[in-house]
Amino acid sequence: MTELAFKGPSAEQLRRRHLAEKRFRLFAISSVFLGLAFLGVLFIIVAISGADAVRQAKMLLTISLDVDEFEEGKNSNSAQISKADFEGFIKKSMRSSFPDAKTRRMKRELSKLVSSGAAYELREFILTNPNQIGEEITIWVTASDDVDMLLKGKLNRDLPADLRQLSDQQLLWLDQLMEQNKLEMQFNWTLFTKGDSREPEQAGIAGAMIGSFYSVMVCLLISFPLGVLAAIYLESFAPKNAWTSFIEVNINNLAAVPSIVFGLLGLAVFLNFFELPRSAPLVGGMVLALMTLPTIIIAGRAAIQSVPPSIKEAALAVGASPIQAVFHHVLPLAMPGMLTGTIIGTARALGETAPLLMIGMVAFVVDLPTTFTDPATALPVQVFLWSDMPETAFAERTSAAILVLLAFVGTLNLTAVILRNKFETRY
Amino acid sequence: MENNPIESLINSPITEGPIMEDVRHGEEGYVDMKAKMATKDLTVSYAKVQALKGVSLNIYPNEVTALIGPSGCGKSTFIRSLNRMNDTISVCNIEGQVFLDGENIYDPARDVVQLRTQVGMVFQKPNPFPKSIFENVAYGPKIHGLAADDEELHGIVLGSLERAGLLDEVKDRLNVPGTSLSGGQQQRLCIARAIAVRPDIILMDEPCSALDPIATKRIEELITELKAEYTIVIVTHSMQQARRLSDKIAYFHLGSIVEHGETAEVFENPVDERTADYVLGRIG
Repeated sequence: MTELAFKGPSAEQLRRRHLAEKRFRLFAISSVFLGLAFLGVLFIIVAISGADAVRQAKMLLTISLDVDEFEEGKNSNSAQISKADFEGFIKKSMRSSFPDAKTRRMKRELSKLVSSGAAYELREFILTNPNQIGEEITIWVTASDDVDMLLKGKLNRDLPADLRQLSDQQLLWLDQLMEQNKLEMQFNWTLFTKGDSREPEQAGIAGAMIGSFYSVMVCLLISFPLGVLAAIYLESFAPKNAWTSFIEVNINNLAAVPSIVFGLLGLAVFLNFFELPRSAPLVGGMVLALMTLPTIIIAGRAAIQSVPPSIKEAALAVGASPIQAVFHHVLPLAMPGMLTGTIIGTARALGETAPLLMIGMVAFVVDLPTTFTDPATALPVQVFLWSDMPETAFAERTSAAILVLLAFVGTLNLTAVILRNKFETRY
Repeated sequence: MENNPIESLINSPITEGPIMEDVRHGEEGYVDMKAKMATKDLTVSYAKVQALKGVSLNIYPNEVTALIGPSGCGKSTFIRSLNRMNDTISVCNIEGQVFLDGENIYDPARDVVQLRTQVGMVFQKPNPFPKSIFENVAYGPKIHGLAADDEELHGIVLGSLERAGLLDEVKDRLNVPGTSLSGGQQQRLCIARAIAVRPDIILMDEPCSALDPIATKRIEELITELKAEYTIVIVTHSMQQARRLSDKIAYFHLGSIVEHGETAEVFENPVDERTADYVLGRIG
């Protein structure tokens, strides 16, 4: 017997084993780092290009608010003030600053330095300060997107004049404005407070943010209770037979259905059959709920399965009914897992574009939505829309919108982690 | 070699004739009116596997009935069918009758929830709820409305902990999680939880198998004390424990009761050869 005793692996065998282990570890670590590096590069690129969007070129104008331009002079009410020719005020102010603009063409070039939104800004200012009528005021108004690009160094002065967005004359005027400190970069509030616009300097993501928020709320309100109850029923109460296994297979299939198919379903059922409003966050949320539901059911069932059956047995043994056993003991323990699944599903729904295109949430919406049935768009759709725009200034705004979307998703995921840690119970 | 007990155990065919007639305590299938619980021709099968094959047994009040036998012989299945815990297993099929105070608990009109308040259960592995000690014991009385107010509930909880011999150890920390106690304490907490709903019968499925000898001794003392108030059915793998604790004993083998009777009698004078091998420690 002693001759046959096993004396352990030979030195050569040991060496090979250790080598294999080292090799595996090296591969694993390098793949993790590679993944992180890609993520980092992506994030940095988006962040760099989006950072510029939070600043916007503003121009200081001196405007004399001639009393005669207002219907009732200093006593005009809001409606009467609104009728005034604000564009005229701005043009006049520009021309008085640069009297050298004489020809029609030069005058047009001059007025193009200011955003067409400047007139609205002036109106807002006078509406809040009606006592300024008749006075001479100085006001910062938004410059046009070309001026903004020039100040951000994204417009090449060395190009031949006919390939540039700004003419030689316009550049000359802008240089003069800069010397007088009448042109500077300010924080771009418009980006976070306004809806969409054809002019990049007037475009904001507030509308898309509200639309996304409403859609996700509707999605959560529908899919969370439905998903959790379906998971509980399937896992704890449904008889195990051919029907339930058929349903199980189909829930798993639904989770893998391309999202645009859910959009088509929403279009056919919610819009065409039930005639719900188009482009509404209500319908968007309902479509996203359909898409999220299988994810929540699958995560919920896994969470319920992970609760030790002894807990349920303990409850049953003291005379709890099956429903009491599940709702008093199993569900609280399964909740962290269910919440994680729900939030991950919701985060996916938040970033979804395709189904929303189908139900018309791709519309160009300027007004901020106030109810669930107002036309709205969503953040990922806004990104999609802006990425199609020809103006250079939209590129940085697209990146900014992506950053906001990522922040939303990150917040949701962080919430998932916090909730999981908070409710996690050891057993 | 012929007398090798393991050989004889393995080779003994379950269908062999005289098993049924060999049992003590009268003829098979006889339900004693004095019994607290009784089973008659209880057959339980999981899918296609028969776990119990026509088991009949009387369980007498204020006694400890021990169920012994090798693993997989159907002891746990038997004990779980006494409070219909097998109902939770969908593939489980039950035939025959189980009487509690003369009424069949498998009667379709019988309320399972009400049955389980009468027949409590303690499991092999301590399974306190991941809640406070107080909540663990109070849960049963709460859902059955046994206490009119908080004060009464408190009384029930303290009383149950007292009877489970746990009160002195935990009275200062009723709000700590039940799961933070030691294994033996957890099992006594589970016993307190079971007696808090005032059952008549307590079923114990190997209550000491996960415990050290000292904790086991503590539980055994407790069982002896509880006997005065409750009828106890206990599954155990320890011959010594069965001998120390029980008044009646039933030896299960491959889904049937091979032998049952007074504990002392079965241990000292086993009729069946397989029982003799098992209880006298010639195998195992």
